[in-house]
Amino acid sequence: MSTVATPPVPTTRRRRRGTKLQRRQTRLAWLLLLPSLAVVALVAVYPLGKTFFQSFTDQEFLGLTPTKWVGLENYRVLWHDTLFRHSVWVTIKFTLITVSIEFVLGLIIALTVNSHFKGRGVMRAVMLVPWAIPTVVAAQMWKWMLDDVFGVVNDAGVRLHILSHSQAWISDPSTALASVCAVDIWKTTPFVALLLLAGLQVIPGDLYEAADVDGANALQQFWKITLPLLGPAIVVTLVFRTLDALRVFDVFYVFFGNRPDTQSMAIYAQSTIVGDGHVGYGAAVSITIFLIIAIFVVIYMTLNKARTE
Amino acid sequence: MSAAAEAARPVTRPASRSRRLRKSRFGRFLFRTPFYLLVAVIIVYCLFPFYWAIRSSFMPEADLFVTPLQYFPSQPTLNNYRDVLSASFFTDALLNSTIVAASVTLLSLAIGSTAAFVLGRFRFHGRSFVMYLMLSMTMFPQIAILGALYTMINAAGLYDKLGALIFSYLIFTLPFTIWVLTSFMRTLPAELEEAAYVDGATPLQVFWKVLLPLIAPGLVTTGLLAFISAWNEYLYALSFIQSPSNYTVPLAITSFVSKTGSAFAVPWGQVMAATVIVTLPLILAVLILQKRIIAGLTAGAVKG
Amino acid sequence: MRRVKRHRTTLALAGLTGAVTLVVWLTIAAAGSAGTAGSSSRSAVAAPPVPNAAAIKAKYGGQSITFVGDSVGGGHVRDLALASRFSKDTGIKVKVVPHPTASDASYSQLVRVFSSHSSSIDVAMIDVVWPGALAPFLVDLKPKLGTQAKLHAAGIVQNDTVDGRLVAMPWFGDFGILYYRTDLLAKYGYSAPPTTWDQLFAMAKKIQDGEQKTNPNFYGFVFQGNAYEGLTCDALEWLASSGAGSFIDHGQVTINNPKAVSVLDSFRAQIGKTTPRGVTTYQEGEAHTAFVSGDAAFMRNWPYAYSIAADPSTSKIVGKFNVTVLPHGAGGTSVGTVGGWQLAVSKYSKHQDAAIEFVRYMTSPAVEKFDAITNTNVPTIPAVAKDPAVVKVNPYLKPEIAGVARVTRPANSLKAHYNEGSQDIYQGINQILNGAPASSVLPSIESKLKALLK
Repeated sequence: MSTVATPPVPTTRRRRRGTKLQRRQTRLAWLLLLPSLAVVALVAVYPLGKTFFQSFTDQEFLGLTPTKWVGLENYRVLWHDTLFRHSVWVTIKFTLITVSIEFVLGLIIALTVNSHFKGRGVMRAVMLVPWAIPTVVAAQMWKWMLDDVFGVVNDAGVRLHILSHSQAWISDPSTALASVCAVDIWKTTPFVALLLLAGLQVIPGDLYEAADVDGANALQQFWKITLPLLGPAIVVTLVFRTLDALRVFDVFYVFFGNRPDTQSMAIYAQSTIVGDGHVGYGAAVSITIFLIIAIFVVIYMTLNKARTE
Repeated sequence: MSAAAEAARPVTRPASRSRRLRKSRFGRFLFRTPFYLLVAVIIVYCLFPFYWAIRSSFMPEADLFVTPLQYFPSQPTLNNYRDVLSASFFTDALLNSTIVAASVTLLSLAIGSTAAFVLGRFRFHGRSFVMYLMLSMTMFPQIAILGALYTMINAAGLYDKLGALIFSYLIFTLPFTIWVLTSFMRTLPAELEEAAYVDGATPLQVFWKVLLPLIAPGLVTTGLLAFISAWNEYLYALSFIQSPSNYTVPLAITSFVSKTGSAFAVPWGQVMAATVIVTLPLILAVLILQKRIIAGLTAGAVKG
Repeated sequence: MRRVKRHRTTLALAGLTGAVTLVVWLTIAAAGSAGTAGSSSRSAVAAPPVPNAAAIKAKYGGQSITFVGDSVGGGHVRDLALASRFSKDTGIKVKVVPHPTASDASYSQLVRVFSSHSSSIDVAMIDVVWPGALAPFLVDLKPKLGTQAKLHAAGIVQNDTVDGRLVAMPWFGDFGILYYRTDLLAKYGYSAPPTTWDQLFAMAKKIQDGEQKTNPNFYGFVFQGNAYEGLTCDALEWLASSGAGSFIDHGQVTINNPKAVSVLDSFRAQIGKTTPRGVTTYQEGEAHTAFVSGDAAFMRNWPYAYSIAADPSTSKIVGKFNVTVLPHGAGGTSVGTVGGWQLAVSKYSKHQDAAIEFVRYMTSPAVEKFDAITNTNVPTIPAVAKDPAVVKVNPYLKPEIAGVARVTRPANSLKAHYNEGSQDIYQGINQILNGAPASSVLPSIESKLKALLK
């Protein structure tokens, strides 16, 4: 009847009940969705729509000159904007590094916490600590910890003979991106781990028991039971982590400010809108960021469709 | 009878395989040490910066950045905690953040779970569209919608009020909550619903009594993550709140300035003390809550 | 059964932890309210009375104004004290709102309110580089406060005058100075602080080489090198004191000249040699932390750092440092970049006259003296700066230092484009400090600034 993607389990009995129930269910569906749609309309549609229209004007923050329609002019300039292109590249590198490492680390932590051992409850609380500290505070803390004069990372590294001398992690262009990735990984792995842990917890234990009986070893169980059933949780986690990574702001701002060689896309948007005062151009930047993020979403959804087929 | 026996058996034991391995003598030797080593590494990795924050919070300002670094305070002091707790805007901020975060969490869970129920268990035209519409809310950088949001909040008379934040934070908690809970809903087998419908339950009863308890880990997780996101948000709080009595925690922490009043001299000892004060209750709350998760699961519904 | 027992233990533990936390909390808070909660000890000096209060009350008593003032902390406390005195004497109610601690957040807040023509702000505290951009939104104060403005430093008044309109009254001044370690200068045989940049680099190198034998984290010189507004301030001092202009002079972009190239390259050569490699991420906070922890011989900073360096609870170098004017280049003169804050009245205020009276009070000599003594703010009235009581609390106001030539950033030339122009400047200079030769970066800064001036 409907051509929409269906949930993994067919509901044959419902279909047999006829179209009247279907129609009633559809009505109920939209009714129950009303609150969420209302929030979306109120909170998102107006601001996003306004941004969209602003991107075709030359609006300024100070509002001293009247706003004119400029059509695609902002986008044309943006196409040649090397600073923006660089920020896109920096952000994509950052996203690929952090999401992949966070995923692996998060999975390891989730599997560890999910297994039975004494103190697993404490572990679960401990792993939440990085996520619980406000990002602006955590970023500043790490900036001090990575400092080349009084940073504890350099101090401990030199004492333990891991480092030959203090490194200027943040200033040095070759380690700058690595330092900001390290902080983000520390901060956000708990988020990934928590989500994957929740996903692990709904996997019924009898599947493992049955596999034990069939003589499968731990690795086989992981590949054949855990990963596939964790699939939906993995997809959601990766999608949201990627979205957040592509929009990263706080950590870059605290570490680098407006340093041109290490700007993320959101920093560039902010410096354009608030710093330079070009609201129209900044809106075009934001729309472009949205489109770049949309590309990633499409990639994920395509991979997900392939996975479920 | 078999159902009762099955219910008595704990439902989630994914560790049964590690248990089996551990039972063997060889397994016990081989797997215990690296495992606990892994646990130790994870704990150090997560906690060391927090230990550093705690250490800094007990040190006088002058000693904080002295080299060689003190890994343990040589002259511990309670001054930082005293200064932080006597700053009225900080204690106000704790209350404000709690109100905002709790409201946002409850709203997200309420709206999100009903939406997830619909998006996960019903089939109808436009379901994917709604999902992607929700997602699109989180695909814009925060700064992009700040201007328009500011206009809306001003027009609604919510400027400098906590309501502005509760309203704005839904932008990022709702899509996330809906997507996660929807994916949880989708993993549930249909037989449970069918059984309930056959017994004459309405969809809302099915939602409330059958499905919601089963996705309890999802609810607790998204609730926790939504709470922490709302608690730690900075940009909107900075833009929409003006009076110190309405500050939220991130605003308050970044507002600490030294006694001389200069905005350049941030008293890091106090900032660290504030961070510890703000983080510890959260951890304690989780320590208590997570027992509930296990309790909820072991008392879970009939399977199979 | 086991489950219940487990829960019971947890709940008991939680309850105990909660109780202990509560007790500790209350003890500390109680002890805190008895102790110094910030600047209560400083308000031993009372806020001065309002001159002409009766007349003001007759005309404007009963009106309410909103004042966006200093950020939370000692500054806010001082604002509250002054505002309540003003309200008491004149009957004009003043609501004090602290501005965000971060400067660009503060700027955005003001622009958002002004560009929406809102009357929610009457008096605002604005940075010294904002009058050019915000002038169209501000009231001309010359008719009513022109006479009082004559008491203030001429350079700052000129900075606050845009197209002939006095759009803001000077409130606090600020200027760059050199901090140095007196004990280390003596130890390595120097009788006086450096007067030229090259002397500074040489002294920093010798002291650093000596000190690093025992303290590997010691460096000769720290300043503000991060890619932010503070670097524009520092770099302006380097250029202006070496005869290399002040970025934009008389409406012409002068940043790309041979003297500027040589000065910037000489600073670039110091990064990582006499300065920490990380100095290109330092703002005021990191610089003063390095200095007061004893890890630097020289520091360029604003006067605020003096009280931090002199306070035993925050500094390890009490009694071992002093201040002087910044060095200059060969053939140049010492300068200090002008910082500080002004007070302005919004054009959209519904109580402009009451607001102007408040500004008159806040920028009067009596209140400036009060500010200087309670919060070590640098007064903008030269007569107040010479007052012995003020100099006693602010030793950097000694005539030989306070009289240094001031140089201002090109805010009035760039007007609404100042933020963008400053960003072009500091991003370029940060690149130079991080290793790019000045001759390759200055031309692009020059062309960007030229584009903005058009």
